[in-house]
Amino acid sequence: MGNINTALDDFVAAYRRKGLAGMLGWQDVKQRYRRSKIGPFWLTISMGVTVATIGIVFGSIFGSPMQEYLPFLACGLILWGFISSTLTDGCHGFISADAVIKQLPIPLATHVLRVMWRNIIMLAHNIVILPVVFLVFLKPVSWAVFLVVPGLLLLFANLAWVCLILAIVCARYRDIPQIIASVLQVCFYITPIMWMPSQMKHPTAATFMELNPIFHLLEIVRAPILGTLPTLTNWVVALGLAIVGWIATLAFFGRYKHRVAYWL
Amino acid sequence: MAFIQMNSVSIDFPVYNVSGRSLKKRLLQVATGGQLGSGSDGKSVVVRALEDLNFRINDGERVALLGHNGAGKSTMLRLLSGVYHPSSGVYEHEGQIGSLIDISFGIDPEASGRENIYLRGALLGIDKAELTSQIDAIIEFSQLGDFIDIPTRTYSSGMHLRLAFAVSTIIRPQILLMDEWLSVGDEGFKSSAEKRLTDLVESTNILVIASHSKELVSHVCTRGLWMEHGKVRMDGPIDEVVKAYFG
Repeated sequence: MGNINTALDDFVAAYRRKGLAGMLGWQDVKQRYRRSKIGPFWLTISMGVTVATIGIVFGSIFGSPMQEYLPFLACGLILWGFISSTLTDGCHGFISADAVIKQLPIPLATHVLRVMWRNIIMLAHNIVILPVVFLVFLKPVSWAVFLVVPGLLLLFANLAWVCLILAIVCARYRDIPQIIASVLQVCFYITPIMWMPSQMKHPTAATFMELNPIFHLLEIVRAPILGTLPTLTNWVVALGLAIVGWIATLAFFGRYKHRVAYWL
Repeated sequence: MAFIQMNSVSIDFPVYNVSGRSLKKRLLQVATGGQLGSGSDGKSVVVRALEDLNFRINDGERVALLGHNGAGKSTMLRLLSGVYHPSSGVYEHEGQIGSLIDISFGIDPEASGRENIYLRGALLGIDKAELTSQIDAIIEFSQLGDFIDIPTRTYSSGMHLRLAFAVSTIIRPQILLMDEWLSVGDEGFKSSAEKRLTDLVESTNILVIASHSKELVSHVCTRGLWMEHGKVRMDGPIDEVVKAYFG
């Protein structure tokens, strides 16, 4: 119980100073693209090029109709880019903030919020691609698109707890970031991002897909954009993960919060 | 009323050698029953940086932390600031804590002086409205003039320090922690900086300063804490501690 209180105190303190996390997150983005004329829109351009290339190559390999495949691929790649870069950055959440952590008693959750915010800003830049793709293929948007809001919030909630756990564990064990990088690489191929779920003909493989939590997290955001409703399973898994994950994280974070400064 | 209370506080540092930090080594150790790891010492070593601290600092006291390098002064300041949580024992305090320990960290060289003021201010916990109302005063004090709007990487080291000093000293905490007296800039800036620092120190309820300067501590402080090997070797009125420490 004491552990959970320690964790909650940290969150309350981080919430009170949410402006700091926001400012540091912005600063990270600005710093990366300072003196570049179009700044973070380079992200948009590189994402656009990736979507177009993969779309043309794999679209013709799979023989899928472009107006169906390309919007699917664009959504998937943009969201995957967000998920994977958030998790990769999450690993370095505390390691890269070591100077601050050892100098000032700033709530540790602030550093995780900063990572989240930085990646949300970059996601917002990449999202610009979607309307363009939809316009090119004249794909209509249905009312289901409003479900993107709860979908995204649930995705953020899940990523936040994973980031917090990763930040703590990585501060202690320095090869976890490398492990995470390889795991993410594998996840990219086993999750339906480049291939569509309907192309998975084999029943065993389809079951495997359902066991992949990233698939459900992706689906609660991607399906509404593409005009279909996420399944009940998608919602239940995403919500369940968030609840169980956060409870475990509170206990874990409360237990190790005071150790982090010693590990850096 | 501000106070600081330490009840048998100790700080232990885990020191991980490279193999201790690696998960692979840990796993291999389990798999090989500790054979592989033990040769190159997979166990982490614990260094006791501060041991069994018991003291109370009351409102109005000016405390000098004396001691040789490695005696635990900096760790003590970090413990007081809340960066390190006691490994054992209880540390209580009342009153907001501010520190002037490393004033120049966290400056983004590509950002302008003005942006850095906001950044640093936010890190120190000064809210934005407060900072906006003081920004002109800060800029004027730093004597940077038009340089305030160009990237700080173009600044000389003296300008860097003036900027950092100007922002860091707008805090008004009840408990102030310092690592040596800050002395910045050329003759012109020095006197105004000196005045500002003296004002800041006078306005705080408790000052804890780590220093090697006999003149400074005899002049500013009322009490001395002589640290040795992480323990308090002597605690008493400043004159007595200075006499014993400096000889």
